[in-house]
Amino acid sequence: METDLNSQDRKDLDKFIKFFALKTVQVIVQARLGEKICTRSSSSPTGSDWFNLAIKDIPEVTHEAKKALAGQLPAIGRSMCVEISLKTSEGDSMELEIWCLEMNEKCDKEIKVSYAVYNRLSLLLKSLLAITRVTPAYRLSRKQGHEYVILYRIYFGEVQLNGLGEGFQTVRVGTVGTPVGTITLSCAYRINLAFMSTRHFERTPPIMGIIIDHFVDRPYPSSSPMHPCNYRTAGEDTGVTYPSVEDSQEVCTTSFSTSPPSQCVFTVTKAHFQTPTPVVTDTLRVPMAGLAFSHQLSSSRLSCQPAALGVGSADLACPAVFAAGLNTTHPYQLMVPGKEGGVPLAPNQPAHGAQAGDQERLATYTPSDGAHCAATPSSSEDTEAVSNSSEGRASPHDVLETIFVRKVGAFVNKPINQVTLTSLDIPFAMFAPKNLELEDVDPMVNPPDSPETTSPLQGSLHSDGSSGGSSGNTQDDFVMIDFKPAFSKDDILPMDLGTFYREFQNPPQLSSLSIDIGAQSMAEDLDSLPEKLAVHEKNVREFDAFVETLQ
Amino acid sequence: MNCRSEVLEVSVEGRQVEEAMLAVLHTVLLHRSTGKFHYKKEGTYSIGTVGTQDIDCDFIDFTYVRVSSEELDRALRKVVGEFRDALRNSGGDGLGQMSLEFYQKKKSRWPFSDECIPWEVWTVKVHVVALATEQERQICREKVGEKLCEKIINIVEVMNRHEYLPKMPTQSEVDNVFDTGLRDVQPYLYKISFQITDALGSSVTTTMRRLIKDTLAL
Repeated sequence: METDLNSQDRKDLDKFIKFFALKTVQVIVQARLGEKICTRSSSSPTGSDWFNLAIKDIPEVTHEAKKALAGQLPAIGRSMCVEISLKTSEGDSMELEIWCLEMNEKCDKEIKVSYAVYNRLSLLLKSLLAITRVTPAYRLSRKQGHEYVILYRIYFGEVQLNGLGEGFQTVRVGTVGTPVGTITLSCAYRINLAFMSTRHFERTPPIMGIIIDHFVDRPYPSSSPMHPCNYRTAGEDTGVTYPSVEDSQEVCTTSFSTSPPSQCVFTVTKAHFQTPTPVVTDTLRVPMAGLAFSHQLSSSRLSCQPAALGVGSADLACPAVFAAGLNTTHPYQLMVPGKEGGVPLAPNQPAHGAQAGDQERLATYTPSDGAHCAATPSSSEDTEAVSNSSEGRASPHDVLETIFVRKVGAFVNKPINQVTLTSLDIPFAMFAPKNLELEDVDPMVNPPDSPETTSPLQGSLHSDGSSGGSSGNTQDDFVMIDFKPAFSKDDILPMDLGTFYREFQNPPQLSSLSIDIGAQSMAEDLDSLPEKLAVHEKNVREFDAFVETLQ
Repeated sequence: MNCRSEVLEVSVEGRQVEEAMLAVLHTVLLHRSTGKFHYKKEGTYSIGTVGTQDIDCDFIDFTYVRVSSEELDRALRKVVGEFRDALRNSGGDGLGQMSLEFYQKKKSRWPFSDECIPWEVWTVKVHVVALATEQERQICREKVGEKLCEKIINIVEVMNRHEYLPKMPTQSEVDNVFDTGLRDVQPYLYKISFQITDALGSSVTTTMRRLIKDTLAL
């Protein structure tokens, strides 16, 4: 098999597969960042855009992918997998998707490596761009922020689909035959989430409104940690550098021949291009602290503004900055998520009583050299997360701690009579049914006709303080997971139409019905009556005159 | 060589027609566009870079990816807008279809004009439904979003069969295969037409007449 492929073709093919794997990871992770991606077309080839597609390279992601690959390529039995999972602010997590890049034995000897394989890989990447917006996790990732974040993990080896629960679905993105095997890209995704957003509009019970399986021990506890799908600024991580992007300097200048079509001229050159060289990056070190990267939080935009640096294409400016100095004493720094809600929780979450045996995996990152964890929280529900992480910060440098914490998940519906409410720490505890486990009264299964609290979702996150308005009948309220009023966009203003509607959909309580004013007892009322009558009798003449004017 | 034909069907509310059509057409064109070719000496060429853009729909819970090309987007919006207006004005059952056809030009000898040989046709059949309440509309938003997800998966499945694609042309032939009129990207030659069908299934075919006229034009 190998003798059919000459050495140049073999080298090219290996390079294509390697960069295809790296670009695949970039596309998947960028699609789960929570914001819209936009890249520009360029009519003149820059020579740095693999597969003729403008796909930015996030350095951390490239680093992670290379680390997972460890110099190998996807081969038969060795797949590259990207796992996307969701983690709530309470610390519960759940796998959403596994994207697999696999190779099988079916070879296509006739295909031309430098021409057809390259173009088909390009087509496959375009398909991946389209498919990543179509799986249920995409809509979840667009709404990440306060309540949950999306994490990714890359591993290499056997595909592990156990965490997706029963009934997961697969979608094949595409295949490309090569002389050494067929590359297949596919995605296995959890489907029960697809019902969450529609549940509050439909009375039909969801097929799987509960997920009870994600605390099964993973048979292959993988060594690679989870990472948040977001992006930190260079300025805040002054000590953070990434072991250069020398590979991305290896560009693909492709020339194709048309005469005759069977002949192809294909060159891959190294580092001969006009964009920043290591010399330039040294000068970029100085302004790095005050870099004009505008960074926002896990739920919002990613924008890389290297305009201030005056370097060439935006694609290469980002990695150029991170390559400054090629500081290898910190070969691997993981970026800690930003200010809001994106913190992987530190070790101080107590493992919960009943389920302390099984463990879920959390990773915390303790960066060194002044790079810090999440900044001050901007919302109260994050204080717990942040204070925990700040304690985690005290631990020694360069230690990657994996903490095993077991909690009752956000979507668990254990029979309540087996678990007392006091030991539960579920996010929507105030809505937990207080009676038996009858599915009929389970608010997660049968939403009532109308919500009775002012802001059920806010009420649930502040589970200690339900406002006066949300009294009684809490078990009849349902939790609105998603509400999309027409014409509203919630990615710009903090207070959008949906939030406004939720907050003001119930009128405030009448003051006369509130307890304070009603505290006066009946006896006092009666006692004060004679005084009031006396006052009125004094003014009887005025009243009579008034009555006469009316006649 | 036979022309490959794919048919997709969607049921949408009136205000969703435009976005649903754009989502499907842009997804197809994303796969059928390359960067601009730059021919060099000795018959080699290099290819420009295609950028992509996420577009959120306003009336559907859906996001699609399209090629970053304002010209291409404008062209599609124009014809989809005409289709939407025709549907609205037809007063029929709200049935219509759009066809996106990829073709190659084949030079004919004088006095015959160039032949347009289609090699792939995508037909999207649309059924417009009328909804009464806001709740129904909200459900429709989500349902149509899910349906479009299925359509995108169908499109991708077809694209990755790697069936016939025109051979990469020489410099002199490139206009017979690709639309080189756009500044930043280069889709395969395509044309879009639409029909409004009434309840009986017969078609009001002003565009069909136009196509026939074009074919016979000298």
